[in-house]
Amino acid sequence: MIDFTLSEEQVSIARMVRELMVEQVAPRTREIDEQGEFPAWVAELFRGLDLFAVAVPEEYGGIDGSLVTLCVVEEQVARVSPACSMIVGVQSLGSTPIVRFGSAEQKKKWLPAIATGETMVAFGLTEPEAGSDVKAMTTRAVGADGGWRLNGRKCFISHANIADLVVCFAKVNVDGRDKITAFVVETDQPGFVVDKVEHKMGLRGSPTCSFVLEDAWVPQENLLGKVGHGLDILLATLHRSRICSASQSLGLAQGALDLSVAYVKDRVQFGRPLAKMQAVQMIVGGMVAQTEAARCMVFAAAGRYDAGSATIERFSAMAKLLASEAAMDVSTNAVQIMGGYGYMVEYGVEQFMRDAKVFQIFEGANELHRMAIARDLFAKG
Amino acid sequence: MNTVVCIKQVVDTEAEKRLQPGDWRLDRTVENILNPYDEYAVEAAIQLKEELGGEVTVLCMGPDEAEDAARKALAMGADKAVMVTDSVLENSDAQATAYALSQALKTLEFDLVLCGVMSTDAQTGLVPAALAELLDLPMLGNTSRIEAAGDTLKVNRQTDEGYIAYECPMPAVVAVAKGINEPRYPSIKGIMGAKKKPLETMSAADIGIDTAMVGSAGARTSVLAATQVPPRTAGERLSDYGTPEEGAAKLADFLFDAKVV
Amino acid sequence: MSQSGILVIGEVRGGKLTGATLESISEAGRLAAAVGGDVSVGLLGEGVTALASAAGAYGASTAYVVDAAELAVFRSCPYTDAAMACISAADPRVVLLPNSADGREMATRCAARLSVGVVNDVTVLEPGDAHLRATHPCFGGSVLAEKECLSDPQIFTVRPNSFARAEGGGDAAVVPLTVDFTPSGMLARVVDVVSERAGVLSLEEAAIIVSGGRGVGSPENFAVLEELAALLGAAVGASRAVVDAGWKPSTYQVGQTGKIVSPTLYIACGISGSIQHKAGMQTSDVIVAINKDPEAPIFNFATFGIVGDLHQIVPALTEEIRRRKAVA
Repeated sequence: MIDFTLSEEQVSIARMVRELMVEQVAPRTREIDEQGEFPAWVAELFRGLDLFAVAVPEEYGGIDGSLVTLCVVEEQVARVSPACSMIVGVQSLGSTPIVRFGSAEQKKKWLPAIATGETMVAFGLTEPEAGSDVKAMTTRAVGADGGWRLNGRKCFISHANIADLVVCFAKVNVDGRDKITAFVVETDQPGFVVDKVEHKMGLRGSPTCSFVLEDAWVPQENLLGKVGHGLDILLATLHRSRICSASQSLGLAQGALDLSVAYVKDRVQFGRPLAKMQAVQMIVGGMVAQTEAARCMVFAAAGRYDAGSATIERFSAMAKLLASEAAMDVSTNAVQIMGGYGYMVEYGVEQFMRDAKVFQIFEGANELHRMAIARDLFAKG
Repeated sequence: MNTVVCIKQVVDTEAEKRLQPGDWRLDRTVENILNPYDEYAVEAAIQLKEELGGEVTVLCMGPDEAEDAARKALAMGADKAVMVTDSVLENSDAQATAYALSQALKTLEFDLVLCGVMSTDAQTGLVPAALAELLDLPMLGNTSRIEAAGDTLKVNRQTDEGYIAYECPMPAVVAVAKGINEPRYPSIKGIMGAKKKPLETMSAADIGIDTAMVGSAGARTSVLAATQVPPRTAGERLSDYGTPEEGAAKLADFLFDAKVV
Repeated sequence: MSQSGILVIGEVRGGKLTGATLESISEAGRLAAAVGGDVSVGLLGEGVTALASAAGAYGASTAYVVDAAELAVFRSCPYTDAAMACISAADPRVVLLPNSADGREMATRCAARLSVGVVNDVTVLEPGDAHLRATHPCFGGSVLAEKECLSDPQIFTVRPNSFARAEGGGDAAVVPLTVDFTPSGMLARVVDVVSERAGVLSLEEAAIIVSGGRGVGSPENFAVLEELAALLGAAVGASRAVVDAGWKPSTYQVGQTGKIVSPTLYIACGISGSIQHKAGMQTSDVIVAINKDPEAPIFNFATFGIVGDLHQIVPALTEEIRRRKAVA
């Protein structure tokens, strides 16, 4: 049984992030959603308070490298703005391959600036024909000019339009066989072009982009790991990022719960506050229980990850599955118990419901996770 | 330039955005925080240090839990903390608190003592002036701006009309007004590093406190009674009145009848 | 002990004694019989000797005057030295000072020098057994605490607008005092006195306040409130939201973390009436609320509320009052 009581520092960090989000970001979440652009001012606030350092080990300018600490931060950010939680989440996702699989030189070269947020990174995996089926990717890398040339298209890539580096996965032909390989692509080059930013149902402050690689140049020293290591790298990365994503879902559920609970305590109909009515109590009781259960799963998984547990794959899938379902269920119920006001943009809760849907889809569709959990059980017991 | 900031831990009355330690996901209604007025003083001290070098020490009188307030100041950027904790100091009023703090200050080296103008609980605002008196130092209160050049402080004191600009040599006591700056959030590295910074605890005996001057023994005032004020109830409310002019006329009727204009 | 009487340390603004000073002298007169002895006033500043007659008109029999260049502008220690000189000369049982920032500093420092207690922000004073019973509001005004100082001289700072003024006194005998100012206290020197809002009425002293909240919409829109205030001779106040938005400086803020006011009339325009604002103005005699939100909490405790657009109602009110005053 892993103990996930938070340390005093983690509690202080949670408190600080909560205050920061409530005081500085909460008044502008609607603006962020309506503008539908990356909120650079929020990223700047995060830089100043070391939020990007949480994803990086201490020796490279980070904090303690603990996934629990990252989840503590992400929950509090998402509790006010799931879109802003993507700022920290994507930075962690994009840097994990370097942290886990980079050489000492690569880590020294990139991680300090990633920790300060001076260098922003993204994760370029998905393609139009390769979503759940990552092996169907068609982006190719060919050795040339003392390095590599990459050609292909990636889509649904968060924050590619503001990233300095994108870790891209491409197939390298080795003796007639395709080997997925990871490359750190520097975006400041003519061969890297973001040509579309999607309009989405929710998470609108987190730009979702499509980009083309046209003979994009990658120097040899930007190859991550070895040729053919790409699948291992991406799977290991996703086991961690799924837990982070789960903590974002958790924050979203909590944020929706905060708003709707405050509302039902205040709103009077038929001479009593809604909170006194059984129908509302039934719903709220379920919302709270589901959120707490999600919290347990998130921190159980994060704790296991930090401890190097062998059961991490199953736990990360379960955490992601349960937390994203909690986010969707709790935010939908939150809108419902707020009635007409729940539907109105001004009251803030409808944004949580719109934001929640994608958490059931990205970072591995929930259906895949259900299957993965079952298969893991059958294989390992 | 070395600064000592006197801080206090108080109960948070705006609890909806706070976390309860240990049970951190639930916001409860009672929680202890660093006195918001003192945050301005801590921030001012750190800004002076960033500009002129030196050390910032926070001095806090309170029970063991008050250490959290000191840790927050350390996380913001203060260099050391001194706690004055002793059961004999319980129930000390503002004057006794100032006496105890002054005894502690006599053991420290400083160019400047900074305080917030008051605490959100007692709201007496007595401590800074009392400290100055007990330490025989110049005192500048209600300041909206503070700068230092060499041995001299330049300070603006807020008035209703504007401000009065003073110059004063150090050492001195300065009370900073709310809004003099924007207290920084403690960074994550700051929070992680706070535990490693020195925190010293002094007892009443360590600083030569005369127990007759503190606690209940040292009280110079006493509370005779406390009564709850009956809440004001709603009076007349006008919503159906036709045009704004007609509404204004009815309001004017009320004001003239009440003889308040 | 030979202590007797009540000494009021006066406060001067714009060359005149403040309303709070006159109120304190009147109140001292009411309490003099119970306390025993006379009412005296301490006048501190430069060129203040002439104010003795105003003090006398409200009931002070003696005016201790420290008229010195060193007191031209407030400094904590020299003013305390001067107040202490008045206390030594008057040897009173009770000392009243205004509850301003200056007054509280002096009260604290005198109390420390005399090793006696001080009670701040007093709104009611009554004779007690051995000492006066002083009431002061706490916890945002929801609780009234009654306290006493345990030894003489009992030092209190008084909230403006708490006591009634009573003219009908006579003349005050002027006793000039010279003071040896404490050298360390003279180290702070005044470099400049900057007036950004000349002649602005003090919120704590004003009898009428016109106050604006977020509903005013912009700093420019405050003009209609200022016009009403000018007509009524009122001070202008603001809610915390207005100060946080930078529309008005923090000296305008009424509320728990701003100024606590007790005017006869408080007109709240576009102010929702949050608990922290209420704590700053709930002791007003009459509260008028103008707000377009019928659910605004301020309507739960306003004496008279009108649901509507302040941008139309306030100018209409100004016109209506102007018209009625012209006719009268």
